[in-house]
Amino acid sequence: MDTLRDEHLIPPTFEAAEKCKALFVKEGGEEEHEEVEEEMGQPSLPNVMETAFYFEQAGIGLNKDESYYIFLALKNLINLHPIQTCRFWGKILGLEMNYIIAEVQLREGEEEEEIEEEGEGSIAEGEKELGEGEEEEEQKEKEAEPPKSTYKPPPEIPREANGTGTNKYVYFVCNEPGKPWMKLPPVTPAQIVCARKIKKFFTGRLDAPVVTFPPFPGNEANYLRAQIARISAGTHVSPTGFYQFAEEDEEEEGADTYEENPEFEPPPVVEMVESLTMWAHHVKGILNQGRCSWINPSQKSEENEEEDEEEEEEEGEEQQEERGPPLLTVISEDEDIPAWTAQASTNLIPQYSIAILQSNRWPGAYAFASGRKFENIYFGWGHKYSSESHTPALPLPAQTEFPTGPEITETVDPTVEEEMAFKVAQEEALAEAEEEEDEEGEDD
Amino acid sequence: MLALIEQVKGRFQGDPSFEYNLSEINAEAAARLIESGKEPVIKEEARLIATIEQIDRAVGIVPRGAFVKTPLGPVHENRHFEGLSLVEAKKLSSYFHFTEPVNLKNKTLLEKADLDPSTDFLDSLEHDIPRGSWSIQLEKGGTVVVLRSLLWLGLTFYHVPTTKQFGYVYFGTGEKNLDLPFML
Repeated sequence: MDTLRDEHLIPPTFEAAEKCKALFVKEGGEEEHEEVEEEMGQPSLPNVMETAFYFEQAGIGLNKDESYYIFLALKNLINLHPIQTCRFWGKILGLEMNYIIAEVQLREGEEEEEIEEEGEGSIAEGEKELGEGEEEEEQKEKEAEPPKSTYKPPPEIPREANGTGTNKYVYFVCNEPGKPWMKLPPVTPAQIVCARKIKKFFTGRLDAPVVTFPPFPGNEANYLRAQIARISAGTHVSPTGFYQFAEEDEEEEGADTYEENPEFEPPPVVEMVESLTMWAHHVKGILNQGRCSWINPSQKSEENEEEDEEEEEEEGEEQQEERGPPLLTVISEDEDIPAWTAQASTNLIPQYSIAILQSNRWPGAYAFASGRKFENIYFGWGHKYSSESHTPALPLPAQTEFPTGPEITETVDPTVEEEMAFKVAQEEALAEAEEEEDEEGEDD
Repeated sequence: MLALIEQVKGRFQGDPSFEYNLSEINAEAAARLIESGKEPVIKEEARLIATIEQIDRAVGIVPRGAFVKTPLGPVHENRHFEGLSLVEAKKLSSYFHFTEPVNLKNKTLLEKADLDPSTDFLDSLEHDIPRGSWSIQLEKGGTVVVLRSLLWLGLTFYHVPTTKQFGYVYFGTGEKNLDLPFML
């Protein structure tokens, strides 16, 4: 078409604004909503702007516009799903797009169970089977089928139930506020174990494959979930005494639930900054197995399995739940850097300063405390810090294919001289045999 | 000296007068320093200066057209720079390293013929090794383009297309990301 006027190009800004407009619309039918909520208990919308204000004192955070968009997006999330508690967990940067993550606890009884589960979890467990190889038995069948493999993969460690351990919270992600929230699948121990061995950037697309060695059982959504679980377990802290155990006896199972301590008196900021004993983890640490609570894999009669079990048993006993008693000071400095750096937001105005913790193990994880308020947040790429470079796992040694024995060992071919000598010997034997027969024939 | 300081690994302490023991890092250099009568230490402020210089040299970037080179040699800021267009802003080739060019001579003659000597006198980001070591994103509905370096995690460059605004800033631990090839 030839026209003299320029075509009206819609700038991408306009399209993006249209998407965000939906955030600003107040939903109709709010009256019914409020009645229902009063019966079931109001879901708590976190005050993202207040948290952003406190983190701003430390120089951490997103700009006000983005914080407000996230605030509105969280409000939408609460309206869409049956949510009991909700929190802005943080933002993970990616190559093409970023992730905004919300940590959510669904209302009891309304959790949707995931029917489609893993399927490739056994591949990552193959590392324990270094000693074993494929044993091919010679099966002499009529049709001479190829021998069947007797390899049995090690038992898969079951993932923790929704609401406990690493799956205590459900996570929703979106690329930008305004885009629909996607629910992340629950995390399995195999995924956590594998995520510890790999280091990959996130692309921003949840369905992107994660191509690594050892092969990661899942796609980017699973890898993201595994990293979120690791970061939460490693860096979610609160002032000591804020949470207390629900029961007095510290049973291993009962200690999963904690409640706020109504008699908590917030210590002054100076104390919170000076000593790390004032902070405690409120999330269970993840064992080497990949779960928060140790589980005994099904028993086998092979020696390898028993040795592994014994090792894991010891680890499970040592790593008890880290809560209540202050354990930040107990964290071993295995990378000869302290795990946390604490500072007050300002030395000039001590009555309004807040205590800020920066994690050195997971750069990008921050926590602040001011009076009774505290919060954890993460802004970063989603990787752990290590002073040595990342060394990828080496491929496994080549497996033995077949037990060597004399019946299948190749023998050296006879040389020409040996063959000639054999031939001569054979001819001589034949000649002797013929002479004997002739003699016998003559006798008759 | 710069090469020596680059070998110091680990996080910064936060104290400019902290001294790194050189003999742990490089015994030969330590021996040489002792011979010449100085102490075999590197102060943290020297390491800080070296790191800033490294970052500027490796990932300090500017948009194409922001600086012009006069025929006599000196480089000036372009007062008529109006910003990149939206289409150009999304391409890696419209951003240049703001240091002495290394790759310009390696281009083929055909490519060199297309270059405009007043504005294209620096290395573009396209041929950075490893490929994909820059993450380019549009934020705020496409009004701001943000480039993040993956080699020096924490280096962020911003530019508002069709305006003169651009700049880069570094917030990070001050360590090079040597694991980059494994992470892409």
